[in-house]
Amino acid sequence: MEGINPDAMTSLDIILVIGLVLAALVTVMAARVLRSAIGLAVASLVVSIMMFRLNAPLAAVFELSVCAGLIPVIFISVIGLTRRLDTEALTVRRHAKWRRFWPLPVLVLVVCGVLLVVRPVMDVPPPVAAAAAGGVREVLWNLRHIDLIGQIVILLVSAFGVVILVKETNRG
Amino acid sequence: MGSQEMALSSLFGLGVVGVLIVGFYSLVSTRNLIRVLIAMEVLTKGVTLLLVTAGYAVHRIALAQALAITLIIIEVAVVVVAIGVILCFYRQRKSLDTALLRDIKG
Amino acid sequence: MLEWFILVPLAAVVLLNLPGAEFLRRRGAVVAALLGAVQAAVVAATPAAVLSRAGFIDNVLHLNLRLTNLSLVMLLAIGLALAAAAMVVQPMLADARRRSNYVSVLLVAMIGMNGMVLVTDLFSLYVFLEVTSIASFILIAFSRQKHALEGAFKYIILSATATVFMLSAVALLLMMAGAVDFDSVAAALLTKTSGTMLPARIALGAFLCGLFIKGGLVPFHGWVLGAYSAAPAPTSVLLAGVVTKVSGIYALLRLTISVFPPSLPLNQVLMLVGAVSIVVGALAALGQTDMKRLLAYSSISQVGYIVLGLGCGTDLAIAGAIFHVFNHAVFKSLLFVNAAAVEQRLGTTDMTRLGGLGGRMPLTSTTSVVGILSTAGIPPLAGFWSKLLIIVALWQAGFYFYAGLAVLFSVVTLAYLLVWQRRVFFGQTLPSLAGVREATAWLSVPEIILAGLTIAVGLAFPFLANTFLLRLHGGY
Repeated sequence: MEGINPDAMTSLDIILVIGLVLAALVTVMAARVLRSAIGLAVASLVVSIMMFRLNAPLAAVFELSVCAGLIPVIFISVIGLTRRLDTEALTVRRHAKWRRFWPLPVLVLVVCGVLLVVRPVMDVPPPVAAAAAGGVREVLWNLRHIDLIGQIVILLVSAFGVVILVKETNRG
Repeated sequence: MGSQEMALSSLFGLGVVGVLIVGFYSLVSTRNLIRVLIAMEVLTKGVTLLLVTAGYAVHRIALAQALAITLIIIEVAVVVVAIGVILCFYRQRKSLDTALLRDIKG
Repeated sequence: MLEWFILVPLAAVVLLNLPGAEFLRRRGAVVAALLGAVQAAVVAATPAAVLSRAGFIDNVLHLNLRLTNLSLVMLLAIGLALAAAAMVVQPMLADARRRSNYVSVLLVAMIGMNGMVLVTDLFSLYVFLEVTSIASFILIAFSRQKHALEGAFKYIILSATATVFMLSAVALLLMMAGAVDFDSVAAALLTKTSGTMLPARIALGAFLCGLFIKGGLVPFHGWVLGAYSAAPAPTSVLLAGVVTKVSGIYALLRLTISVFPPSLPLNQVLMLVGAVSIVVGALAALGQTDMKRLLAYSSISQVGYIVLGLGCGTDLAIAGAIFHVFNHAVFKSLLFVNAAAVEQRLGTTDMTRLGGLGGRMPLTSTTSVVGILSTAGIPPLAGFWSKLLIIVALWQAGFYFYAGLAVLFSVVTLAYLLVWQRRVFFGQTLPSLAGVREATAWLSVPEIILAGLTIAVGLAFPFLANTFLLRLHGGY
């Protein structure tokens, strides 16, 4: 049964968080877009592991298959389709990029440091009733039908979007 | 709610903050449309993790998972449509430079 | 019964895209216009109690939808704007298949907006917000021309930013309340003492940032110009008419009324943002030479009025704000249809190339005057009453500066709109435009109906004021 044993914070968790931030940094600061896409996959992998750690296996699997699998694949194929920019970017922009991005790790460290010190901000008051709501996520799918309808509609309309935007037409 | 769960949540929350900072910084400073989209993905990832962590902290992990899964599905749809726009844009302009976006008057 | 507001457009989308439904597809715009009109009619004519009755679907699906007076007004506005947009599509898109694709996505936008105003859960609100947003992305980028794509992408970026803000707020609220539906969160927030309210304040602030982005308020209005002006005409009608109102303003209303307890800083922030939007939008509109861009800035300004009223917080002010939401849906849609009519006949929205169309397009010109007068708040049109309510409420609550500002910028509004009217419709007909005809019926009919509506509501308001105000006062 989930959540009964107190989930002690282990050093693995600290590694995960640091790994996540590093992966995000690499994703954002990589010289080549392709590396960014791969960085995204790695970051998603770390998030997935973190979700497993939070007793959220179903979400973790979704995150893994979609965000670490499907989406990077989409990105990589699009990068392939728009290759022309890449070669220019390499030569001209690599140095500019590092110079532009150096504030970022500093910023992250500073903010996280501040937050670690000013801990009271993070102490959210305990919720009203900490009752475990009968736990099984299938039960939830019985309660959130409206979201399901929304998702179906969204998937439907994104299909339209692809057809409308991407499909080649014979235009003058 | 044990303090250990709180500690774990706080730790992961810190990670979320870091991820969000990275994402926003990239969003405003990048010059490549695809990177903009990747930055958006990073941000969404951060928020998804935040939701699951929040749910974990208050013993509502089942609800949080449902929300996270819905969010991931929505995220895919947004990426797909955005990629469609990018591809269309690329076909016309042969470039992925965000400077072109500032060019309102054409 | 409420689920039909979502299921009927969905069924229409499915039907339109079945193989062999060619007959329907060719008349896609008619189908959508009918749906919009029927929705408006049903909402106007059916008592809320009947609409809220549980149907057989409720045994199968637990949808948790709720109809409030506010939802009723929004549904009416959505129906009207959608019908107007659908009618504008017909002449603007010649190819039947593209038109049917457009209509399908348009109907999805309808699903999204209807869903937004009926759900009772913060996350479901977000889900349907995204439905509307994604549909909007596609509708803006539809023409696949570079400006449309730019406008769409800017909207995508800002929309994603808004998403991050709002979902962060939802996560915080989940931590405070253990649930994400309106009632649970409201109940949890009420029990908080002022000492532990900080996370709630952060959540509210984050949510506000997200909603200001979606509503197109200053300083988050960066996407509005590109999207409104570069989007195809029917999309502009829809965006200006209802999308920003529903995604931004309705959500704001719903939050401040049903979820967050009232607080002074919130009101002050709202009034400030509203006032700044009024000023920036109006001043920027003064210098515009393109019709749609002028109208885009005008919309920013008008939404500022709505938020200013919201911020004031008194019953009268909120009633005025909601009324202005409805009126704006009518008169802004009207003005964008006018712009579409000009665009259809002349192929341009650049005011420097136009002049003296009044003689050639009398209907468009006249309805445009009606729209302008209503926007500027001239009696006896509907816009006058809603602005009056807001200004009076501000004065009564002691916000003399804001009230004066509102009045002053009504004058500015009139100024820039009259400039539009004069440049485009009045004066000598340019020789190059001599052969121009009036717009087709597809555009003229919505013009007439919308203009008629704003006149009728304006004339009837003094008589309906009591019933209307009481209704809103009784509960949103």
